[in-house]
Amino acid sequence: MSDGTPKTNSGRLTAIAPILIALLLVAVFAKRLIDIQGGLDPNQVKSVLLDTPVPEIDLLPLPGRGPGLTTKNLKGEVTVVNIWGSWCVACLSEHPLLMKVAAENTIPLHGIAWRDEPEASLRWLARNGDPYNLIGQDPISEAAIAFGVTGAPETFVVDPEGVIRYKHVGPITITDWAETIAPLVEQLRQ
Amino acid sequence: MKIYAALSAVTLTALVATTSFAVEPDEMLANPVLEERARIISQDLKCVVCQNETIDESSAPLAQDMRRLVRQRILAGDSNQAVLDYMVDRYGDFVLLRPRVTGQTLLLWFGPFVLLLLGGLIVARYIRRPSITTVQALTPEELAEVEALTRDPNTGNEP
Repeated sequence: MSDGTPKTNSGRLTAIAPILIALLLVAVFAKRLIDIQGGLDPNQVKSVLLDTPVPEIDLLPLPGRGPGLTTKNLKGEVTVVNIWGSWCVACLSEHPLLMKVAAENTIPLHGIAWRDEPEASLRWLARNGDPYNLIGQDPISEAAIAFGVTGAPETFVVDPEGVIRYKHVGPITITDWAETIAPLVEQLRQ
Repeated sequence: MKIYAALSAVTLTALVATTSFAVEPDEMLANPVLEERARIISQDLKCVVCQNETIDESSAPLAQDMRRLVRQRILAGDSNQAVLDYMVDRYGDFVLLRPRVTGQTLLLWFGPFVLLLLGGLIVARYIRRPSITTVQALTPEELAEVEALTRDPNTGNEP
């Protein structure tokens, strides 16, 4: 009879409830932290366009550089589409990789010059190298919005039926290419 | 008093200044009714670059292009809902500032009310709990004990 009130079952429950809730929260936050350490990017939103046909586009070429880019070009074989711009600093960091991929000449790599002056795009390519097969101009984000792009660079893998199979946000690293994109391309070719 | 008036003027100006809009005159539709609809739709769409701004208030280039597209769709005869759906088809629910009520967002929409209810119940229980434990009548044995203890040891009579 220390405090005069006999402990009921519900009384005990109220006493441990805060501890239980705290433990539950710790578990939730710990899981999230471990996931982020494991490479999960909480800011990345899964594209709703995955496994849907590529949007209809018909983009003008850069002056003096072959044909532009249309939906037709994204059908019949596995293609990689890269959204880029001469103003895009992050694009520079993935550029050497794209040049290497282009040099191997195993997969068509197409570019969408997003919100860029055509002359600026051409100058940038002259200075840094041109890894692209076809390039289409997208001065008012028609293609960018159709592809659900939120920033450059973004890269899409399109299967032979013209269905988007993969979207990469941000610059592609060598690891991304070797472990994710190249195997996917191989798999889609079969 | 003068300082007070000046201060409130500054504060008011600051408040008004925060509700600026990014829509450029050359973006606007000639028909004021359609333009008004475009503004309403734009206030429901998130600038996917800056995320906490609507495309109506963002000056990001992509937001400007999204505003243009909203107006294009309106001119093409889309309803407000159809324009929003068009954007959701490309960007997902992510592009909406007011998330739709779906299985995934149930917790988001109703979670706070459930928590409020839960908290209310706990508080109600706490308040209604009697502060003194109910007095229980003494058992005959206890009564006898009390009687024995209060009896005057010298006389054997109750005081």
